[in-house]
Amino acid sequence: MQTKRTVFGNRLLPYAFLLPQLAVTVVFFLWPAAQAVIQSFQREDAFGLSTTWVGLANYVDLLHEPTYLNSLKVTAIFAPAVTLLSVGLGLVFAVSLDRLVRGSRVYAALLVWPYAVAPAVAGIMWWFLFNPTIGLLPYLLAAVGYRWDHSLQPTDAMILVVIAASWKQVSYNFLFFMAGLQAIPKSMIEAAAIDGAGPVKRFFTIVFPLLSPTTFFLAVINLVYAMFDTFPVIHATTGGNPAQSTNILVYKVFVDGFIGLNLGSSAAQSVVLMVIVVTLTVIQFKWVERKVNY
Amino acid sequence: MSAIEITGVSKVYAGGVRAVSDVSLSIADGEFIVLVGPSGCGKSTLLRMIAGLETITSGTVAIGNRVVNEIDPAARNIAMVFQNYALYPHMSVYDNLAYGLRNRGVPKTDIDARVAEAARMLEIEPFLTRKPKQLSGGQRQRVAMGRAIVRKPDAFLFDEPLSNLDAKLRVSMRGEIRQLQRRLGVTSVYVTHDQLEAMTLADRIVVLNGGRIEQVGRPLDVYHNPASTFVASFIGSPAMNLAEAEVTGGAVAIGGQVVASGVSGVKDGQVIVGLRAEDIQPAAPGTGVPFAVRYIEELGALRLVHGSVEGRHLTMALSPDLPLADEMKVVVAADRLHFFEDGSGRRMTR
Repeated sequence: MQTKRTVFGNRLLPYAFLLPQLAVTVVFFLWPAAQAVIQSFQREDAFGLSTTWVGLANYVDLLHEPTYLNSLKVTAIFAPAVTLLSVGLGLVFAVSLDRLVRGSRVYAALLVWPYAVAPAVAGIMWWFLFNPTIGLLPYLLAAVGYRWDHSLQPTDAMILVVIAASWKQVSYNFLFFMAGLQAIPKSMIEAAAIDGAGPVKRFFTIVFPLLSPTTFFLAVINLVYAMFDTFPVIHATTGGNPAQSTNILVYKVFVDGFIGLNLGSSAAQSVVLMVIVVTLTVIQFKWVERKVNY
Repeated sequence: MSAIEITGVSKVYAGGVRAVSDVSLSIADGEFIVLVGPSGCGKSTLLRMIAGLETITSGTVAIGNRVVNEIDPAARNIAMVFQNYALYPHMSVYDNLAYGLRNRGVPKTDIDARVAEAARMLEIEPFLTRKPKQLSGGQRQRVAMGRAIVRKPDAFLFDEPLSNLDAKLRVSMRGEIRQLQRRLGVTSVYVTHDQLEAMTLADRIVVLNGGRIEQVGRPLDVYHNPASTFVASFIGSPAMNLAEAEVTGGAVAIGGQVVASGVSGVKDGQVIVGLRAEDIQPAAPGTGVPFAVRYIEELGALRLVHGSVEGRHLTMALSPDLPLADEMKVVVAADRLHFFEDGSGRRMTR
């Protein structure tokens, strides 16, 4: 491939062009991240008047704090559940749409809508739908004999936040799977049909394996989403309750730092999260091109 | 192995586009039929209707005395080779070949034996454990053929299988397909837009134009007796010369210049006259029709001389040893002229 190389007359000019982008990255990303790392090694008094260097004490405390360990456990359930539900539903919708002959563009447009809804609004919407007093779904569940109350039942609360967090993400996953399906040559599906594979068999032996790069990419993206971007959903619905049962890591960072004003511990928690997201990203880049590709 | 009977088949797409119109064709058991025509002539649609990948709007397709209109592609017991090969990229060559057999519940030992046999026949044994992307175009083509062979189908359907290969490989694969089909004796329908492939492969050629059959016949019959100006211009390279001409009392005149006389069996009037390039030759000194040379194409064994008679473009094929001049005198073989109706382009019976 031919690449065109631009030659600058002035040696400083290319750096000047890069400067705005670098400035934005440094001011808005690197600086706060560095601040968090530094803060995680410090302890601040309640009035913010003095700061002491405490080394790894904040991290060691985390390992002994039952609510933090609980939060780890909650996240370990919440994030995979959201990923599974949203990726699974996205795939189901995309495959169904692929089989549709007429009106598929209308359906596609409608299925993308939820992505335009802000997470907090989505959270409130589901909170209303599942509200034990005025909600529609508890009313229907009562008809089959289930007493829904997410303000008292930890399981109900978890189901609520998982559904609310997954809902809008289904649209995103659907779009990617739709593009992935369109990239599979039609003749390959036809060859499989002639080879005697029915629609279900074709899906599991041909379509799904060929979608595996998309699936893996989405799995990582959704895990990261569930761990980091679901704060508004939790905040608008359960607030981490009842009994800490929906207090995921990112929400606990907020509660401990901004409500509890334990800035050191909060910073240490966000550094842990940072390490997790970096790990996931590395896995993403390393594996997506090797292992899953056919 | 089975005969294929196509009766009054039409295909109209939603939206009213008519791809195939009332096509009827009997394909004998073991016959190699080539459907040929320009793009959009309906040849692929017809093939896909035989395969069951396209619904049939009207008419019937029968494979081995069984009408298959409503039968799934899988149950028709046909095998198809696609233009882009359609190999399963995530499976090894072995699995690609075995896929159709596994789906049909063939026992493992039989699968092994049949894959091994097909691999030996196509000389792809060293590649059985590789993935398709590790193979060259020609090797992929063989795997696609192998996938068709292992199934032992009633019919092979080929959809332009050689068009993704380079010219040299295409010629050798063409020969292999022909030999393989002869050896296995499986009824085959082959779609191509390349008249040379049609001529060299077919037992019978079916020339399609605008969704209709223009002509069905053995390659040399189609070449020597084209049923219409369309077939005349499509089959043969270089294409047959076609020119408007006036017939008066057995004399054929192009642009007022009499090029042949003593032609019998053609009524007086306006016609389209067709002459193969090899049927125009330099005239003996002092005779012939003036031929203004425009440009020359050297083919090695032949020399194509493009020029005009009375402003009508004509091409003649000469031996390279013959002398050339800017202005030549030529003579046409009167007994080898083809006459087509002016307007409809149908061949006139002589």
